[in-house]
Amino acid sequence: MQIALSVKNLTKKFGDFTAVNNISFDVEDGKFFSILGPSGCGKTTLLRMIAGFHKPTSGIIELRGKNVIEVEPNKRPVNLVFQNLALFPMMNVFENIAFGLRRRNEKGQVVTSKVSEMLERVGLPGYEKKEINQLSGGQKQRVAIARALVLKPTVLLLDEPLGALDAKLREHMKVELKKLQAQVGTTFVYITHDQSEAMVMSDHVAVMNSGHFEQLDTPQNLYNSPASSFVAQFVGNNNKFIVGLQKDESGNFYATTPEGGKFLLAEPFDIESDTTFEMYVRPEAMIINPDIDDKTINVLKADVKALLFDGGNSRLLVVPENSDMELIVALPQNHQFDYIKAKDKIRVGWHPKSAVCFKRSEEKIYEEF
Amino acid sequence: MKNSKTHKIRWSLIIFITPVLLWLFLLIVFPQLELLKMSFFGTGLPGKANFTFANYAAFFTEPIYWLTFVRTALYSITVTLLVLAISLPLTFYITKIAKIQTQGFLTVVVLIPFWISELIQVYGWMILLRESGILNKFLLSLGIFKQPHELLYNNVTMLMGLVYISMLFMIVPLIGVMQSLDDSLIEAAYDLGAKKITIWKKIIIPYVTPGIMSGSILVFMLVLGSYLTPKLMGGKNALWFTEQIYNSMIIYFNWNQGAAFGFLLLLLSSLIIFVALKITRQDFRKVIK
Amino acid sequence: MIRTLPNSTSYKAAYKLFIVLFFIFLFSPIIVTMVLAFNNSMYPSLPWQGFTWKWFFGKGPDKIGIFHDAANLRSIYSSIHVAITVTILSTIVGTMASFLFEHEDFKFKGTLYFLMLAPLVIPGVILGISILLFANAVGTFFQNVLGIDLQFLGPGYWLVVFGQFSFITTVVTMTVSARLKKFDRTLEDAAYNLGANKFQVIWFITLKYLRPSIAGGAAIAFLMSFQNFNTTLFLVGSNATLPIKLFTQVRDGSTPVINAIAFILILVSSIIAVTTLFTGKKSE
Ligand SMILES: Nc1ncnc2c1ncn2[C@@H]1O[C@H](COP(=O)(O)OP(=O)(O)OP(=O)(O)O)[C@@H](O)[C@H]1O
Ligand SMILES: [Mg+2]
Repeated sequence: MQIALSVKNLTKKFGDFTAVNNISFDVEDGKFFSILGPSGCGKTTLLRMIAGFHKPTSGIIELRGKNVIEVEPNKRPVNLVFQNLALFPMMNVFENIAFGLRRRNEKGQVVTSKVSEMLERVGLPGYEKKEINQLSGGQKQRVAIARALVLKPTVLLLDEPLGALDAKLREHMKVELKKLQAQVGTTFVYITHDQSEAMVMSDHVAVMNSGHFEQLDTPQNLYNSPASSFVAQFVGNNNKFIVGLQKDESGNFYATTPEGGKFLLAEPFDIESDTTFEMYVRPEAMIINPDIDDKTINVLKADVKALLFDGGNSRLLVVPENSDMELIVALPQNHQFDYIKAKDKIRVGWHPKSAVCFKRSEEKIYEEF
Repeated sequence: MKNSKTHKIRWSLIIFITPVLLWLFLLIVFPQLELLKMSFFGTGLPGKANFTFANYAAFFTEPIYWLTFVRTALYSITVTLLVLAISLPLTFYITKIAKIQTQGFLTVVVLIPFWISELIQVYGWMILLRESGILNKFLLSLGIFKQPHELLYNNVTMLMGLVYISMLFMIVPLIGVMQSLDDSLIEAAYDLGAKKITIWKKIIIPYVTPGIMSGSILVFMLVLGSYLTPKLMGGKNALWFTEQIYNSMIIYFNWNQGAAFGFLLLLLSSLIIFVALKITRQDFRKVIK
Repeated sequence: MIRTLPNSTSYKAAYKLFIVLFFIFLFSPIIVTMVLAFNNSMYPSLPWQGFTWKWFFGKGPDKIGIFHDAANLRSIYSSIHVAITVTILSTIVGTMASFLFEHEDFKFKGTLYFLMLAPLVIPGVILGISILLFANAVGTFFQNVLGIDLQFLGPGYWLVVFGQFSFITTVVTMTVSARLKKFDRTLEDAAYNLGANKFQVIWFITLKYLRPSIAGGAAIAFLMSFQNFNTTLFLVGSNATLPIKLFTQVRDGSTPVINAIAFILILVSSIIAVTTLFTGKKSE
């Protein structure tokens, strides 16, 4: 596979502040690549460097093997779908899409047919004469994408293009966008702070945090084996335990909580004395009232504090005995647990394989769950 | 996010700033400095003239000069207050009370006279008010007047004329801020039991103060610097300060004296605006937007 | 209190009365002026002596209409001549100034902005005399030191243009800036990203977006220039502009030909006013 975009040791400083810190990655031709990170972590800055609007402090950007650092943004074979779309309000749909073609001195019939073909692609056939302010949010979205795609860029950059849409439409556009990308085969570099968007659409996802990549992997791996506590918290939902680690004579590793809990871990660890760790267990990995006889499962007793009903996403808020931490436990809606009420005492368990552990970091990410 | 500075083409700055600098320095700054300089020189051939305070001394020793000056200032303030008193309820009516359908119409209609020149507005009042004018004819025919009266050329008429020519400069900014005042603020206050007067005092006035200030500054400047209206509608022996300047400059051809007067007027206007802004704690740049 | 709240009838009636009186006050001088342009009388006053077009088209000998009134026509021509130049210059410089203040960053921007607003608070009379004095000083300098006689620095066409330009440009700047402030700069980035060069970006995107406000600014500039009196008074040479010429006629009294001129001016101003107000509203 050819490498469409290659970024090497890219750094951007605004004065003393480092917005993008020594980032390297490659994107293969035809892939859907996402950069996922919280607000202000430097995603837009990174994208604008690739598009050419920011000059990197250091580093290299290559498109199909050619260094483009010195190439002006209007000459780079990349196009950008802006965070706010930036459709030209004084032009209609046709003129918007034809704008880039016209700048390449393409004329007449060629432009007309390219535009109408592109509109068909994005599912808006015959929309040429519409004014921008007559379009719905989702339609604007498609026009913005069509405007960039019609130029057949080596890489299409998308900066949170779904951010302005309502939840329902966003769900829908995720799938549409993925289909469109598969159909046209253009390389997409997609920016988002919404982990679900990144997971659903991408071949690869880079999780970004304050200017650097925490992990670059497939969505499955990000979910199943997060490489850092940041990734564990940012990708999907997680319950966090502050624990110490122990190793017994038979070589098993245990996490111990201040309340006296002792939980088996699946993997070996480098134990240093006096280090605290963070253990993460996903709500959906939690088993409610597991089989008492199953000794391979870690179990703790807890009080049900509240039932958070949310359809297929319903959860229990529970407080382990002798503790004031709160855990979230997924509550399957298959009537098996209908008997559970607030203030009940239940047992909560999980497979050792479901837990991951990291050295404690002081880093806080914003609460978005 | 803002554009990157590194990719900003500096020649665009040069292209844009050159005409602006030429304009502001050649036509505003240097002329004002020249005005200031001239005011400190005596009459005489250029180059031979000498530095003197005589022009300013003349102002303070001739009562006619400084009396005119004080009168002009006081009248301008009076006009500004009168204009405000009319414009507040008017703009409130247009933006908040009139039916939505008529609101747009009223806004446009009220602004039309704004575009008509002062001279023609004053001319209209002259043919209305003079001894042989329409109003006289009308009142005579009604029997209210027994014989024609000269309604022009007195201070009250002049004040009214000044109110008329400057009023729209208050209405325009006021309509702007009144429109942006959210109705629900008033509704909330009303709902909480506030009386009309309280709503005006606590909600409306504080909210529209920037509009009041920009309107007041515009009106005040316009009236202070007005020449036509006082000249054509005012009494024969009650001068406006701009007439004083005109007389010095053009009739007596004493440019230095005229420059001193001009500078004093500029000083007065800046001072009053400055004080007004300080009292109401407004920022000049925000007020003139 | 407001339309959504219950109002007493007396409150509403009092307000209605106030508004009616206000509009009578606002429009009576204008309407009277316009109506008397058609009075078949030698004086712009009542009684009504019948309808006539003579104050527009009359050839004399007693009633010379505006279209045959050589002196007034000449001044109208002067005014138009000045106004066109002022409009072009102030629109160009004003647009550049709004680009400067909205899109560029430089040292002393605040100070320069303050200076740009200054003409709004300098009385027109003072702008007039200061420019007269300065032009005279510069002219004298060129004459005495370099031996060059710069005609255009004496009272006359160019001084009037300079004087009006000095403050009208501020008005244009503010009109255009108001719209430029609302301009989303990512549109420029987008155009650039789609392959436009810097000139094309400004031409196809920014200026196109600004077009209504530039047109509005130009219309205001034309009217302000055409009707200016205070500044022009001190700068005018032998070719009086219309307001200067009309001034003495108004002061000393004249035939209703002034009403005819006023009629045309009011009509033209109102048309320009309504168009700019409406196009301004529509483009928001
Ligand atoms: N031109 C600039 N000058 C100084 N700091 C900047 C500039 N542009 C961005 N930054 C800073 O760089 C950091 C990263 O900004 P960036 O816009 O890349 O964030 P982001 O990840 O796109 O956030 P969001 O998801 O909110 O769009 C922020 O802290 C921002 O304040
Ligand atoms: Mg961003």
